[in-house]
Amino acid sequence: MKKEKTSHSTYRIENNKKAFLSGLRDGFPIALGYFAVSFSLGIAARQAGLSAFQGFLASLLNNASAGEYAAFVLISANAPYFEVAVITLITNARYFLMGCALSQRLSPETPLRHRLLLGYDLADEIFGITIAKRGYINPYYTYGAVTIAAPCWATGTSLGIIAGNLLPSRAVSALSVALYGMFLSVIIPPARKNKILAGLVALSFAISLASSILPLISDLQNGTRTIILTVVISSAAALCFPIKEEIAEEEKGEK
Amino acid sequence: MSNNIYIYIGIMAAVTYAIRVLPLTLIRRKIKNTFLKSFLFYVPYVTLSVMTFPAIIEATQSPVAGAAALIIGIVLAFFGANLFIVAAACCTTVLLLELFLS
Repeated sequence: MKKEKTSHSTYRIENNKKAFLSGLRDGFPIALGYFAVSFSLGIAARQAGLSAFQGFLASLLNNASAGEYAAFVLISANAPYFEVAVITLITNARYFLMGCALSQRLSPETPLRHRLLLGYDLADEIFGITIAKRGYINPYYTYGAVTIAAPCWATGTSLGIIAGNLLPSRAVSALSVALYGMFLSVIIPPARKNKILAGLVALSFAISLASSILPLISDLQNGTRTIILTVVISSAAALCFPIKEEIAEEEKGEK
Repeated sequence: MSNNIYIYIGIMAAVTYAIRVLPLTLIRRKIKNTFLKSFLFYVPYVTLSVMTFPAIIEATQSPVAGAAALIIGIVLAFFGANLFIVAAACCTTVLLLELFLS
């Protein structure tokens, strides 16, 4: 069968297979990073009284680092169910914004089942590599990455619960920065090519530091602060540096 | 009386999934509004930046090690190292520095 350069909106079986395999490949480093990060998450889960299986289940169903961590802290205090729901909503609200952003990169014909599946693991890194693709998103690319990353996330959590206490505190300290390393690898490459993004990253760092020190705002829970800063800074950037669609597509596509 | 862990997990999962899937299923067309479009373009970069700093220097036992990991991570990512290399280099930096500093 001859290969045509079709538009991204048409899913062809061979394209989907290729996209899936490419997602598996790009998902591999994420999976390794997830393993390290979820291992330290498991230590928090253990303190909340979760068994290895419960930690596995929680991670498999949530795929959210900060959200799970905040919930585990509450669970260890035997907090009411309602509070856990609220903290989960607040710490994970950024996924709502990412979902809005991702919705703009889906072909309008994308069927409901793909939208439901894509929602399963719309996490920071998966979002990062998905949005970095050019043009409309082929969901199979994301599925490839999720297929390898999600099991590692869940397994790492349960191993952290089983073996977390065996690790020296130095190793836990070192593993705890893996998450941030992953974030940097998502935000820095586009910032290298786009001066506005570079300035925005620097400004976000500065404001985030200031808000962690200043009175009142520093008392807020981390997830809440993240949401407030995200909305304020992104709105300001959108007002000062509005972008035309073509440019946006271009920037997103580069990587 | 202790609350049930499985109910906790169920609540967490339901809330998280709803947050993720609602925009994906409800927003079916292109947003034409320039402000909204620009806003959504900037969101991921701002969120991830805000979550990274200063949290990275608070996560480690020694803030100096966290700061060094931040710099190493930025430099490697700038020169195109992949996600795993960047994450691993950050971890190694902290491990080595905390070994020698303390």
